[in-house]
Amino acid sequence: MQNSHDPLYEPLSTPLLETDGETLLASISYWKDGVRRLKANPLAICALCILALLVLMALIGPSLTPYSYYETHLSLKNRPPSSAFWFGTDELGRDLFTRIWWGARISLFVGIAASFIDLVIGVLYGSLAGLLKGRSEEAMMRLADILSSLPYLLAVILLMVVIGPGLASIILALTLTGWIPMARIVRGQILSLREQDFVKAAAALGAGRFRLLFHHLIPNCMGSILVTLTLTIPSAIFAEAFLSFLGLGVQAPIASWGTMANDGLSAMRYYPWRLFLPAGFISLTMLSFNLLGDALRDAFDPKLRS
Amino acid sequence: MKNYLIKKGAVLLCSLFLIATATFFLMHAIPGDPFIQDKAIPEEILSSLRRHYGLDQPLHIQYLKYLKGALCGDLGPSFKYEGRTVSGIISDGFPVSLALGLEALFLSVTAGITLGAAAAVYRSRWQDGAAMLLAVLWISVPSFVLATFLQYLFAMKLDLLPLARWGTFSHTLLPALSLAALPTAVIARMTRANMVEVLGQDFILTARAKGLSLFSVIFRHALKNSLLPVLTYLGPLTATILTGSFAVEKIFGIPGLGQWFVTGIMNRDYTVIMGVTLFYSALLTFWVFIIDLVYPLVDPRICHAKQP
Repeated sequence: MQNSHDPLYEPLSTPLLETDGETLLASISYWKDGVRRLKANPLAICALCILALLVLMALIGPSLTPYSYYETHLSLKNRPPSSAFWFGTDELGRDLFTRIWWGARISLFVGIAASFIDLVIGVLYGSLAGLLKGRSEEAMMRLADILSSLPYLLAVILLMVVIGPGLASIILALTLTGWIPMARIVRGQILSLREQDFVKAAAALGAGRFRLLFHHLIPNCMGSILVTLTLTIPSAIFAEAFLSFLGLGVQAPIASWGTMANDGLSAMRYYPWRLFLPAGFISLTMLSFNLLGDALRDAFDPKLRS
Repeated sequence: MKNYLIKKGAVLLCSLFLIATATFFLMHAIPGDPFIQDKAIPEEILSSLRRHYGLDQPLHIQYLKYLKGALCGDLGPSFKYEGRTVSGIISDGFPVSLALGLEALFLSVTAGITLGAAAAVYRSRWQDGAAMLLAVLWISVPSFVLATFLQYLFAMKLDLLPLARWGTFSHTLLPALSLAALPTAVIARMTRANMVEVLGQDFILTARAKGLSLFSVIFRHALKNSLLPVLTYLGPLTATILTGSFAVEKIFGIPGLGQWFVTGIMNRDYTVIMGVTLFYSALLTFWVFIIDLVYPLVDPRICHAKQP
């Protein structure tokens, strides 16, 4: 009732089918409907374009300049943005334009890789917990509860201190407890789906547990999995930037946006671009992923909308 | 209720014990020695240092000693700051972090509820859109980016507020604002969603039909019902503010526990890292436990005794 004025719940214009003089509403699949809702959301399209541009620049950006990300020009340090150095240079005279897009590679790679590992572990763990009943499910979820009683970032910091800095150890540290939210969501979905008639029908036809899981249950969770994935990526990018900002990230001369922001912090007063360029790109990337994630949630999962 | 309390308490103690054990063995699994530095130290001094800190004993004895000490509030000496104990560092730094954290908590709860309620009342109008756009912006901008931006704008360019350090109320404003942004946005979104649902219910219609004004309906009926889920968010919110304080205290040079923790990480001061982690996890798990206990008192619909 209360949702009657929300454009979210209004039917979109539906293509009409002309058959033998009769006009019918064409049926639309779940995915088609979601994509159409997504296309109708200008913010989502905008976010998608920004993300595409960021990925493109991460791929080609470093080769647009004659400089490499580690090459120093000590006579040209701390230059403001100019026609020679589009984003200026840092305290060792390294070209910031090249470094920013190298940083984009690192930050995006860490964010996406960590989220995909979270996705795989989370979906498997969550669906297993949802499928098993009784004590084993209880034990699995208690284990997840205990693992997540330590705040995510604190756990990641602790792990980074132990396994040392580096790209692989960041991804490992981020995924060691990062899969838990995904596992919880998938378990919740499986628990409610399991009781539905189509699953019972499939089981009655003799489908085994794993056929049920991979042919019926997981495909029906894909909407929430997709939404959660899109919202995990920015939190992984943030966690990487945060670690690097505290000095626990990738090691020089490689730089992620977080390490560049950390380097620029001490020079903020006189060379603000060294801080605000990487900081701005972190924020822009997170904003785009969050906008896209919200739009995906509205499009594919109106019930989950918060 | 009593069973529930016992069960929750057992889980709490269990996870605290596991965290203590895990951090202890993780810290001791790090290769190398806390005393090996760039300068070579004579072997006799090294061994007497190890003896002094009890590092020459077998690992399980060290572990039991550490657990026993932690129970009594003794988290061992700092390896890098001579003559300082971890408990002393915590009791020096924590009050500052607590003051900052409480200010941020207060700010985010009041601002978040106001923003969310306003967005719900003006639903689908421009005020709603603006509030929700602001919320997604605050969720996306990391606290350390916001902190540096506020510092640059208000302290360096406009010269309105102090740049860094700790002392008067004006020193707390910028750090508290940067810590509060993300929780404010999350609370605003939660409040809006709940409020929209509550405003669509019949008792609101009845209250309006009785002739109550919009604002008394909101304040006396709708708000109360839409605030309950915010209470469950207080746990994660505290964790966010707490971890955010590591970076924000570093940026503003605030002598809080977060700053100590970050310096501890830089110096590889293992007892400080271990002690602060343990202290913060204990704090958070107790806090979540208390919220769990208060929840049924505030919302009588939730009765733990009936849960299986």
